[in-house]
Amino acid sequence: MSFSVTEPSPRQKWIAGILVVGYALITMLPLLWIVATGFKSSADSIAYPPKILFEPTVEGYVNVFTTQTRLSNEMAQEPRENLPWYEQLVREKGNTIVGQSRYTERFFNSVIIGFGSTFFAIVLGTAAAYAFSRFKVPLKDDLLFFILSTRMMPPIAVAIPIFLMFRNLGLNDTHAGMILLYTAINLSLAVWLINGFIDEIPIEYEEAALIDGYTRFQAFYKVVLPQAATGIASTAIFCLIFAWNEYALAVLLTSGTAQTAPPFIPTIIGVGGQDWPAVAAGATIFLVPVMVFTILLRKHLLRGITFGAVRK
Amino acid sequence: MAQIMIRNVRKDFGSFTAVKSSTFTIEDGEFFMLLGPSGCGKTTTLRMMAGLELPTSGEIYIDGEEVGMKPASQRDIAFVFQMFALYPHMNVGKNISYPLVSQGMPRAQVRKKVAEVAEILGIADILNRPVGGLSGGDRQRVALGRAIVRDPKAFFMDEPLGALDAEFRERMSEELRALHDRMNATTVYVTHDQLEAMQMGDKIVVMNHGVVEQFGRPQEIYDWPSTMFVAGFLGSPAMNFLEFDGQLSMNRNSVHMNGTDFQIPTSLEGARGRLALGVRPEHVRFSDSSGYKGEVLATEYLGTTQIVTIATPNGSIKSRMSAAQPVSVGDMPGLEFDSRTISIFNVETGRALLSQANQEVLRHG
Repeated sequence: MSFSVTEPSPRQKWIAGILVVGYALITMLPLLWIVATGFKSSADSIAYPPKILFEPTVEGYVNVFTTQTRLSNEMAQEPRENLPWYEQLVREKGNTIVGQSRYTERFFNSVIIGFGSTFFAIVLGTAAAYAFSRFKVPLKDDLLFFILSTRMMPPIAVAIPIFLMFRNLGLNDTHAGMILLYTAINLSLAVWLINGFIDEIPIEYEEAALIDGYTRFQAFYKVVLPQAATGIASTAIFCLIFAWNEYALAVLLTSGTAQTAPPFIPTIIGVGGQDWPAVAAGATIFLVPVMVFTILLRKHLLRGITFGAVRK
Repeated sequence: MAQIMIRNVRKDFGSFTAVKSSTFTIEDGEFFMLLGPSGCGKTTTLRMMAGLELPTSGEIYIDGEEVGMKPASQRDIAFVFQMFALYPHMNVGKNISYPLVSQGMPRAQVRKKVAEVAEILGIADILNRPVGGLSGGDRQRVALGRAIVRDPKAFFMDEPLGALDAEFRERMSEELRALHDRMNATTVYVTHDQLEAMQMGDKIVVMNHGVVEQFGRPQEIYDWPSTMFVAGFLGSPAMNFLEFDGQLSMNRNSVHMNGTDFQIPTSLEGARGRLALGVRPEHVRFSDSSGYKGEVLATEYLGTTQIVTIATPNGSIKSRMSAAQPVSVGDMPGLEFDSRTISIFNVETGRALLSQANQEVLRHG
């Protein structure tokens, strides 16, 4: 009888597949709902029972990116054929676009602060991790623990002192201030993660490069960095996700110039009635950069997560 | 190619002394073995020569130039690591060309050199392969290729055969020796395998606890060890020590042990107290006329020879003899030793006493 304990039968594979897909659909339902709402009209978005099939419209997206005002009577008489499509869309509702919304600005704040702080956390974290991994650092273990301990505190616990410090330093509601703050918070994670990855790289690679006539720095960036790329990429994703999603400190420390998207999106709800499609569109767009970044680095991420699990 | 001189080199790691005042010279073109048990300081010594560690004190000369404090990249030497340390993100050809690229050699010339080296090592057909999937032997060849490609002043190898299967080791050690003979490059080779050291080396340094115990040609060291450690470390089975309380004066050619006189090479140094008569297993013979008897405890059959373990009044010893000789456990044969090959050791100091036979070896080593 041909029977194997380890190899599932085709039927078992089907069942397992259906279960996994089903589970994925259930967990992704809120996400699907948000994405779908973004393409609904205002009326559809609050219809009861909820509409699963609807006529898609980009109204929500136009609304989230623009500020509008009621059409005057004269303007309502103008021919609309030569206007851009988004203006036509808005005029059908009796409105006209008067400028960009603040969402665009907030979104780019998020991009600048998120990617900026990730960049600095990775550069500084890699340098520190390399030093911890390769050089004799006095009190190395204590220092590493100290660095990690800064991460143990919930950031909100220090929010007030940080607010006061930032006010004195003139960093309140500035890009530099937020980049500095998120870099500081992410740095401990970056040092620890990257330190682990660099520890896994045999020191002989660098020594071989030193003997082959390269300087220490050349050995670092030509031999160690390519080896650590996987770990650095996955660390970058973790850092970006944190900085991108951070809400509590952003609410407290930013209000205008440097406000990021997370504290801003809820405020859309209150402007001119509940424009749910606009909120959903804002949320959907907010998802995109992290998703793209993660997808670009996903090969590294998977390898990074399982790194060290298997002996080479 | 170059001569390498080590003068009073010492290395401390905190309070631990890895190498205590080593001094020896490696002549131009020699295949030189650093031999010793693990933790004896041989690898540290090699790494100091290469510039991967800096000596705490002492001087290292390569080609007449003092390089003790220079970084590895300025010493113009090549190093073969035990784990090969091939750059995993580069293919075979790139790995081999890497040292040339650092010198800024033009591309066409690099390609030519790499092709040449690949030809010598028989790896021309795998130049475009990633190093990940290579067999142990091929990895070893690539590592050698990376070492020889830029004609360095010296090759340093840290147990390069340690990571290979027994089957490959034999072949690679032959290849290594052949490669050395062809290029005539000064080579320093670290190993803990005494057989490998004797098989391949022109000269051997035996180290223990950070101290150079002896250095010289393999046969000199094997025949005339300067200490009991060296005598015990080289040879398999090791040299036998028959310990006894007694004395030896100058210009004597026999020792009295357990009521029997044994012929020895004429002594040039006296001692009294605990002594040991050292004799290699192949120099222990059965003799009906000898009054010194032992009991056979065990025999190991090795094909052409057999190793016979014998209990004597001065401890258990091993004898290597022809497998054709009939021996059975419980026999009580008389024993005699080849008098020309005996060393007498002072057990307390562990040092060999000077004799007519070993003076030449011990005085220059």
